[in-house]
Amino acid sequence: MISWRDVVVSFDGVTVVGPLTLRVGDGEWVGLIGPNGAGKSTLLKAAVGIVAHQGSVDLGGPERRAGTDIAWMPQRPLLPDEMNVGNYVLLGRTPHLGYLGSEGRNDLESVGRAIERLDLVQLSDRALSTLSGGEAQRAVLARALAQEAPVLLLDEPTSSLDIGHALEVLEILDWLRHNEGLTVVTALHDLTLAGRFADRLVLLDKGKLVAEGSAFEVLTEDTLIPSYGPGIRVVTNGDGPTVIPTRRQSDRPSQPTD
Amino acid sequence: MSEVSSPHAFVPARIGAGRWLVAAVLLVLAALAGLLVGSVALSPIEVIKALADRLPFVVMEYGLSEVETRLLFELRMPRVVMGGLVGAVLAVAGAGYQGVFRNPLADPYLLGVAAGAGLGATAVIGLGAGSAAIPLVAFVGGIAAVGATYTLSRTVGGRTTTTLILAGVAVAAFATAVQTFLLQRNYETLREVYSWILGRLVTVGWSEVWTLLPYAVVAATVLLVMRRLLDVLGLGDEEAAGLGVDVMRVRRLVVLAATLATAAAVSVSGLIAFVGIIVPHTIRLLTGWSYRVIIPLSLVYGASFLILADLGARTVVAPGELPIGVVTAFLGAPFFLLVLRSMRGSS
Repeated sequence: MISWRDVVVSFDGVTVVGPLTLRVGDGEWVGLIGPNGAGKSTLLKAAVGIVAHQGSVDLGGPERRAGTDIAWMPQRPLLPDEMNVGNYVLLGRTPHLGYLGSEGRNDLESVGRAIERLDLVQLSDRALSTLSGGEAQRAVLARALAQEAPVLLLDEPTSSLDIGHALEVLEILDWLRHNEGLTVVTALHDLTLAGRFADRLVLLDKGKLVAEGSAFEVLTEDTLIPSYGPGIRVVTNGDGPTVIPTRRQSDRPSQPTD
Repeated sequence: MSEVSSPHAFVPARIGAGRWLVAAVLLVLAALAGLLVGSVALSPIEVIKALADRLPFVVMEYGLSEVETRLLFELRMPRVVMGGLVGAVLAVAGAGYQGVFRNPLADPYLLGVAAGAGLGATAVIGLGAGSAAIPLVAFVGGIAAVGATYTLSRTVGGRTTTTLILAGVAVAAFATAVQTFLLQRNYETLREVYSWILGRLVTVGWSEVWTLLPYAVVAATVLLVMRRLLDVLGLGDEEAAGLGVDVMRVRRLVVLAATLATAAAVSVSGLIAFVGIIVPHTIRLLTGWSYRVIIPLSLVYGASFLILADLGARTVVAPGELPIGVVTAFLGAPFFLLVLRSMRGSS
C-alpha cells in the first residue's frame, strides 16, 4: 500500500500540489489522470522522496523506503547511450545491494524474469541508444520490475508505445498486481486506457484532487470538460467509457459533397 | 563483455581474466623498461636476479656492482614506483570525476583541482612551512577549487559539459594568478616551485613514495568501492535517488577521494596533466561504458602510462631530461581534441 497524507509540494513558494490525501491499498491499481501540469508526476516524485514535500507518505511501515519498497519509472528517463539493456535492467537491483554488495544469483534471476516478461531477451545485449522509443520504454519498465518492490509508480509507462504494445504492458501490470499483489499507480494521458485498467481513477487539476472513483464515475463529460476543455466526448459501451476528442464545428474540414 | 556465460542472456559488465592479464603484463613490462633504460644500461637478467633476491625467502646471486645496485634500488626503483603510483591515482581520479559529473571531459586539471592544489603547495613552499604540510594544504586547495568550479558552473547555468569545463578554466586561471603573485613575492623560491610546476619525478626517493602511498590507497579503495554506484549515477540524480542511492553522499565521497588523490600526487610530483583524460578514455574506447571496468583498469593502465611517459621524459633528449608534464601534455592535448570531436559527433 501507499498513502499520501496532506501532501503539499511547493516550488519557489508556489504550491503545485496539494494539500492532497490519497490511499492506495495492496493489489489496487489507481490511475492518476489530469491535464499537463496537474501535478501527477510531482505527486509520484514526492512519494519516492526526490521532491521535497510537506505532509507524509506512508508505505506501510517506517522501515520502508524508495528503491526496495517503491519502484518508480520516470516519464523521461535518462538512458546512458552505450549501456546495454541487460546491464541497464540490472541497475534495478541497486536498492538491494547496499554500498558494498555485488549482484548474486538471485539478482540475475530477477533481471532475467523482468527481461523475459517485457519481451527483451533478444535485445538484452543491445546498446540503449540503438533501441526504438517503444523498446526503450520496455527496458525502463523492466528495470522497475527488477526492483521487485511491492509498489510500482509509473509515470506515463505507455507514452512511446503503439496501441498493441501499450495493451501488452498494461496487461503485464494487471497480471502482476492480481498474482503478486503489487500496488500500481500510473499517471496516464490516455484516459480510455486508464479507465480500462485502473480500479480507481483520480483526476487531478492544478495540484488538487477534483474527482475520484470508478471509470464510469470519473470519465464523464461533466467531470472532464472543466479540466480538459470542451473538445471531449465520452461514449460508453460494454468495455466501459471511451473518451473521444472532437473538433469544434468551425475547425472541421468541410464534408465532401456530391 | 566477457567470456563467462550467463543463463539469462546477458552478462553483467566485468573485467575478464584476459583483460586483467594484458593489463598486468603491460605494467610489468613498463616497470622493467623503467628500471633498465637510462644513462647507465643495466643487464636485464641481472636486474631480474637482483629483484628476485629482494623477495622474501629468496636468496640469489646477481652480477650488479655496488653502484649499479644503488642506482637500481635507490634511484630508478623509487622513480618507477612513484611514476606508477602517481599515474594510477591521476587516472582513477579522472575516471571518478567523469563518473560523478557525468562528463567525459572532467579531469583533475580541467576542473581546476590541480591548480588549486598547486596554489596550496606553492603557498607552503613560499612560506617555508615544511614539506610535510604540502599534501594537506594542497588537498584543501584542491577541494576549494573543485567546489568553486562546480558551484560556478551550476550558478552560471546548468551542468553541461561546456559550463563545467569553462568554470574549471576560470578557477584554474584565478588560482594560477594568485600562485604567480605569491611567486613574485617570494622570488627566492621561484626556481624550486617552477621545477615542481612542470612535474618532476627526477628527485623522488622512497620518502616521497611513503608520503603518497597512504593517500593513494585510501582514494583508490573509495573509488573501487563506488564503481558500481558510478554506473547508477549515469541514470541521473533523480533516478539514482529513486533506486535508493544517496546521490549527494556518493558524489561527495568520490569527489573527496579523487581530490585527495590528485592533491597528494600533485604535492609530491608537481603538475602532470591529462593522465586523467587519456587513460580512462582509452579504456572506455576499448572496453565500453561501465565504471566497474573503467575504475580498476584505470589504476593499472594509469600506472603503466606514467612509467612509460617518464621513460620518454628521460630518454628523448638524453642526457638531458624533459619535465614529465611536458610529455603528458604533448600526448594529452591532441587526445583531448579527439575526445571533443567524438563528443560532437555523437551529440
